[in-house]
Amino acid sequence: MIKVILITGRNLEQGTSKSIGKFSKEYMEKLAICELDPEDLKSLGIESGQNIKIKTNYGEVIVKAIESKQAPHKGIAFIPYSIWANLLLGSSTNSSGMPTFKGIEAIIDVAKEGKILDLNELLKEKFEMI
Amino acid sequence: MKTINNVVCSFCGCLCDDIEVGIENNKIVKVKNACSLGISKFLNYDKHRILKPRIRKSNEFINVSLEEAIDECVEILSNASYPIIYGWSNTSNEALRIGVEIAELIGGVIDNTTSVCHGPTIIGVQDIGESTSTLGQVKNRADLIIYWGSNPLHAHPRHLSRYTALSKGRFVKTRKERKVIVVDVRKTATANIADIFIQIKPNSDYELLSALRYAVNNGEIEQDEVAGVPVEKIEELAEMMISCKFGALMFGLGLTMSPGKHRNIEAAIALVTDLNKYTKFVILPMRGHYNVTGANNVTCWITGYPFAVDFSKGYPYYNPGETTIADIIARGECDAALIVASDPISHLPIESAKKLSKIPIITIDPHETPTTKVSKVVIPSSYVGIECEGTAYRMDGVPLRLKKIVDPPDGIVSDEEILKMILSKLRGD
Repeated sequence: MIKVILITGRNLEQGTSKSIGKFSKEYMEKLAICELDPEDLKSLGIESGQNIKIKTNYGEVIVKAIESKQAPHKGIAFIPYSIWANLLLGSSTNSSGMPTFKGIEAIIDVAKEGKILDLNELLKEKFEMI
Repeated sequence: MKTINNVVCSFCGCLCDDIEVGIENNKIVKVKNACSLGISKFLNYDKHRILKPRIRKSNEFINVSLEEAIDECVEILSNASYPIIYGWSNTSNEALRIGVEIAELIGGVIDNTTSVCHGPTIIGVQDIGESTSTLGQVKNRADLIIYWGSNPLHAHPRHLSRYTALSKGRFVKTRKERKVIVVDVRKTATANIADIFIQIKPNSDYELLSALRYAVNNGEIEQDEVAGVPVEKIEELAEMMISCKFGALMFGLGLTMSPGKHRNIEAAIALVTDLNKYTKFVILPMRGHYNVTGANNVTCWITGYPFAVDFSKGYPYYNPGETTIADIIARGECDAALIVASDPISHLPIESAKKLSKIPIITIDPHETPTTKVSKVVIPSSYVGIECEGTAYRMDGVPLRLKKIVDPPDGIVSDEEILKMILSKLRGD
């Protein structure tokens, strides 16, 4: 288990796969991920490509760990903007209008069970209307 | 193959206007000059489309005629006591103009995606003003470029080649004549091509900006480091800023979305204001969606406010933190939503997204998204800049006309036309 600061943000793959379609295979493959520093991967005892569970005060999600190409940034985890990332965010804006999308404390562990939910599964689980 | 030149790309706030598009049998088959984001949009816009208006009845979607869908929208909006009208950064100014009229007529709140993006930027600018310019000025004159909390090589891939480090300006012509500084929490792709990369500790931008202001104003910092950056480095940066001929600070969501929010922006603007005592310096936000700047401009000309405008009192009222979409939804106050060209179910924090999904949502969008899947009414629309015309504002506030280059699918009309039908029916015309 490691403690990290979570940053959500844009990347090229988020932009290109969004245009292909949010229900496309590409979108899930590119976005249900978390970029970690190689040292953090080592601390978790896993290799790039294995599933991890990220937990914050607001929620949790299973995504695929990817070795960051923007290292070193030990203790900082990056996850692209998406519904998977937003499962980890709180609604409060502290009267600013803006929820905190960056700089959130999180705990990451190896996902021993469970799988990465695709968009349809995630919508069914979280939104009763579907 | 028919070739159309000078097409404006409707992906990001750069609004690159030099795209060449090849068309065969009403299909885009070739795209030249665009970045990978633009190419992906031009070549995939026709996938995952919604082709029929639909209404949710007994937990299943029923395809209906456009007229029936409009009637359902009017029913929902007329019966709501505090509706929200949201989205707008991926459509035309003309569509938004109608949206503001609808908000006024039904006494709702009209907000755009700025509110969860560069909302803090606008609040910062309203608090203390800004020294700004167009990107043309930056291209022609800037010899110092700073990207702070922004990774344009991923989010605005042609920003550097068209307007900053790699552009050929009238007075500053080559990369060698420009210095590039990147400040970020990670060594991003943009940081790799910078002259200086400053790796800042997360959530400490305000501290570093304040330290830079102190150094620029000849203060002696009595610390070894601030925000993880050694003081000598801060002093070196301050000197570079003071001694440039024309500096441009471009900032992204690294400043607006982390703790401090609008206070971070105020600190950045104040730094730029201080630098104008010594040299010419401007500050520009890196706006994401292609017409988010237009969403602010249009809302501002009509109501006096750039986002989060509440008409429930019968006149425009603006108070970020109160009239912003994230807060209204989190408080559970809205009882219907009209969403245009946006996907808040994906992009709001989960608890807010769940609350939003429990009220009747009307979504106008060309393609399937998590928001269309939980909506009560879905009306498909055409893509502005591909299947219909429209005006959009570039991130520096320059308006550009977007072209129609192919025909939309049969029966699909623009956001503007759909909104005009809703407005007309609401008025009882």
